[in-house]
Amino acid sequence: MSSNMLDTVGVADATPDEKQPYAELGLADDEYTRIREILGRRPTQSELAMYSIMWSEHCSYKSSKVHLRQFGQKNPKTPRLLAGIGENAGVVAIDDHLAVTFKVESHNHPSFVEPKQGAATGVGGIIRDIIAMGARPVAVMDSLRFGELDHPDTARVLPGVVEGVGHYGNCVGLPNIGGETVFDPCYQGNPLVNALSVGVLPRERLQTMQASGIGNVVVLLGAKTGRDGIGGVSVLASATFDEDDDSDSRPSVQVGDPFTEKLLIECCLELFDAGLVVGIQDLGGAGLTCALSETAAAGEGGMHVDLELVPLRAGGMEPHDILASESQERMLAIVAPANVEQVLARARRWGLLATAIGEVTDTGRLIVDYHGQTVVDVPPESLADEGPVYHRPIAEPNDLGLIAVDRAETLPRPSTDEDIRQTVLDMAASPNLCDKSWITEQYDSSVFGNTVLGAPHDAGLVRLDERTGVGIAISLDGNGRYARLDPYIGAQLSLAEAYRNVAVTGATPIAVSDCLNFGSPEDPHVMWQFERAVTGIADGCRELGIPVTGGNVSFYNQTGREAIHPTPVIGVLGVIDDVARRIPLGLGSTGDTIALIGATAEELSGSEWAWAMHRHLGGVPPKVDLGHEMRLADLLSRLAGTEQLSAAHDLSAGGLAQALVEAVCHSGMGANILLPEGADPFTYLFSESSGRVLVVIPRGQELAVRSACEQRGLLITPLGVADASTDGLHVRDRFDIGRAELEAAWKGRIGAVLGE
Amino acid sequence: MSARIGIVTFPGSLDDRDAARAVRLGGAEPVALWHDDAMLKSVDAVFLPGGFSYGDALRCGAIASFSEVMGLVRDAAGRGLPVLGVCNGFQVLCESHLLPGALVRNAHLRYRNRPARLRVETTATAWTNAYAPGTEVVFPAKHGEGRYVADEATLDRLEANGQIVFRYLDNPNGAMRDIAGVANEAGNVVGLMPHPEHAVEALTGPSTDGLGVIASILAHLREGAAR
Repeated sequence: MSSNMLDTVGVADATPDEKQPYAELGLADDEYTRIREILGRRPTQSELAMYSIMWSEHCSYKSSKVHLRQFGQKNPKTPRLLAGIGENAGVVAIDDHLAVTFKVESHNHPSFVEPKQGAATGVGGIIRDIIAMGARPVAVMDSLRFGELDHPDTARVLPGVVEGVGHYGNCVGLPNIGGETVFDPCYQGNPLVNALSVGVLPRERLQTMQASGIGNVVVLLGAKTGRDGIGGVSVLASATFDEDDDSDSRPSVQVGDPFTEKLLIECCLELFDAGLVVGIQDLGGAGLTCALSETAAAGEGGMHVDLELVPLRAGGMEPHDILASESQERMLAIVAPANVEQVLARARRWGLLATAIGEVTDTGRLIVDYHGQTVVDVPPESLADEGPVYHRPIAEPNDLGLIAVDRAETLPRPSTDEDIRQTVLDMAASPNLCDKSWITEQYDSSVFGNTVLGAPHDAGLVRLDERTGVGIAISLDGNGRYARLDPYIGAQLSLAEAYRNVAVTGATPIAVSDCLNFGSPEDPHVMWQFERAVTGIADGCRELGIPVTGGNVSFYNQTGREAIHPTPVIGVLGVIDDVARRIPLGLGSTGDTIALIGATAEELSGSEWAWAMHRHLGGVPPKVDLGHEMRLADLLSRLAGTEQLSAAHDLSAGGLAQALVEAVCHSGMGANILLPEGADPFTYLFSESSGRVLVVIPRGQELAVRSACEQRGLLITPLGVADASTDGLHVRDRFDIGRAELEAAWKGRIGAVLGE
Repeated sequence: MSARIGIVTFPGSLDDRDAARAVRLGGAEPVALWHDDAMLKSVDAVFLPGGFSYGDALRCGAIASFSEVMGLVRDAAGRGLPVLGVCNGFQVLCESHLLPGALVRNAHLRYRNRPARLRVETTATAWTNAYAPGTEVVFPAKHGEGRYVADEATLDRLEANGQIVFRYLDNPNGAMRDIAGVANEAGNVVGLMPHPEHAVEALTGPSTDGLGVIASILAHLREGAAR
């Protein structure tokens, strides 16, 4: 076959022995054989491209599927869940009228190759998932992980990623309401960029991806299709970076245009409200291939597309290029013939391209013609739903026993009060605990005027309805070190932290989305970590009574044989009846009581202290008690409703010491603290026992709060008082750190290291 | 009848809803104006909100200055219609030559979002007359291209005429002479980079100082009606 001849179905029939580059496209021998069985012939070039993309790890979840089933099996039943796993994003009911959809997704590999565009298109992609459910996106969050802060490559990756997240979100007009930034050498060659978006919709506006209604028209909305990201899914996201990678073979990362995305949002919402679309799907990874096969498979099963109608922005594109292109800012709508003119007119009003490219049929086949010649003729479900399923080998890592006995509790500790004082300062200045405003100041946090709490609060909180005051809180948390020590417990600790962070604002947690970042699934040790983490999340969510509504898996986060720490990032969504009752970060007013809820054990393994001060990672992570977390959340939501707390702050990395530092720096007040008698000051300040919250109680409410704790079996320990006349942090009989010294340590670190 | 304040939506406008909320909370009636419609719907004043008008791949606000609606706004402003431009709206007013000077990339080259402390330098404008002279206000400033520049003669003239409306107390972007906002000579057109419309509720903003801008335009319109 000559290379410039169109590889049609007819040609494929006539040339069964044509050698095809399936291996280069990432397909295994048996997968190629199966494609030939499904089609009863060899695939055309276009079909081969489509199968290679849809059957890639990224699109088919072939290695993770058997484990992810646990979420469906273990999810608690809740009438709130309106759409769950398998949809573009999970949808949960907030009240009788409103629903919320949210999802977290990774864009790790592209962000390493081209930090700004990689991160930007990660944000753009997750926003389109939210639109596809019929929702108006109302906020974004980002969970970022980089190598060491002072590594030269971090100075390349971090500013680009932050600029990308910021630029896209700022231009599209979504407030960034929080997230996390973590530094660890394990992410040096594999930074993690996980983006979350949340949207709100009237319940009756919920959309589906079904291409239903024979004769209905398939309309492509948004940007022109170009050469960007071709093969990005199958090659970029599904192959490990080799140590000596040949960069010529690396395809380009997609380029985002947030202005077009903004137009897409407004135009799609108008189409939904006017009832003009039957089904809608975003074009993300795998572009048209994915959108056509998924909508067809979910609907009548048949679709006919004339590919030459797709508006192109590059010359010389072959049919398989058009099908594989990952050009951003595109959506596919299914429209009744009578409404097509209206849809095109509304798109024109927003200055957006809209083109009818095909129709829904009753053939049960996805047929794609190119200038009248058929280049694709496949059963769509074979692409969308019937990809390969792997039962990858699983093996417990050999070093687990050694790691478990290498406990951080045996490390040398600061012994004098002066040493402890210095440790508080050193920890506050460490990359993972220091002030992140160099990053968060690059994000718009207030557009829409509904952001009640943003960074650096424990969770972001936005108002959904100005009339009723109903709102949502979201937190995004991960802890790769704990998951490295024990992926089951580590995943549950992240879940518990995100759950608690939401509860700390006074909101009630109702749903979960997860982004599972792991190394190569071909490594049995990685698969073991994955299975343990998924089981931990599924078991945890069942116990907490909140469902996993969707998420994303990112494998192959490794360079050579070195995988990242297993890093499940958990997003928890909560609801609050009246955002005016939220509990902020800080210290309240002078004379308010500062107290600690929850018990402190000697739990230092995997802690920020062990890592920051000793570069140590070993031992057993802190215990998780999800029943305790539920009682704590119940308490906080009750006390928020009765306005019996003036401030609250979750204890996590860095323990009580860091929580106090942040409360002092944020509030502009001083904290006058007396550590409990008999407690070891170092352990009390730096242990990372879970299930603890620093609370600030207005004068006169101490007894009521104490009794509310006791009713729920929660330990409450008074620690001191908030005091405007105290300069910074005063720990009685031990040490003082003035505000100036505290802020000098905590603030400005990131900009200073990056040379700004 | 309450004052009708038109809020222009360009395709890439982002703060139009926030502007409408501020107008409503301030006691006026927001009226939606579409960039491509050649009508001002008999509004009493116009608010150009923040955002990215037409994507702003060119200079910010450059394309917007040629829009249908800006043609009308330019004419009406010449006849004394009060016009406020915030952030991108300020950029559009400068590009439309309704205000002197230009907004260029922040000196530190990054987008930065931080509450800005400002001093109200003149109350002799349609949009600041309700403040006491020298009042300090806090509005969020969030932009990548908000550094105000003009030639020295223009800056001197602005100072002399009292056309500098807001000045930064902690200059966040390298703006010349700490200028955050300026007015035209007549005082009916005002532009500023920080966002008064994001400082109208204690729950969501760093202050409620922004309500003074709406109170000012209402007083200005009342006074005009009484004359």
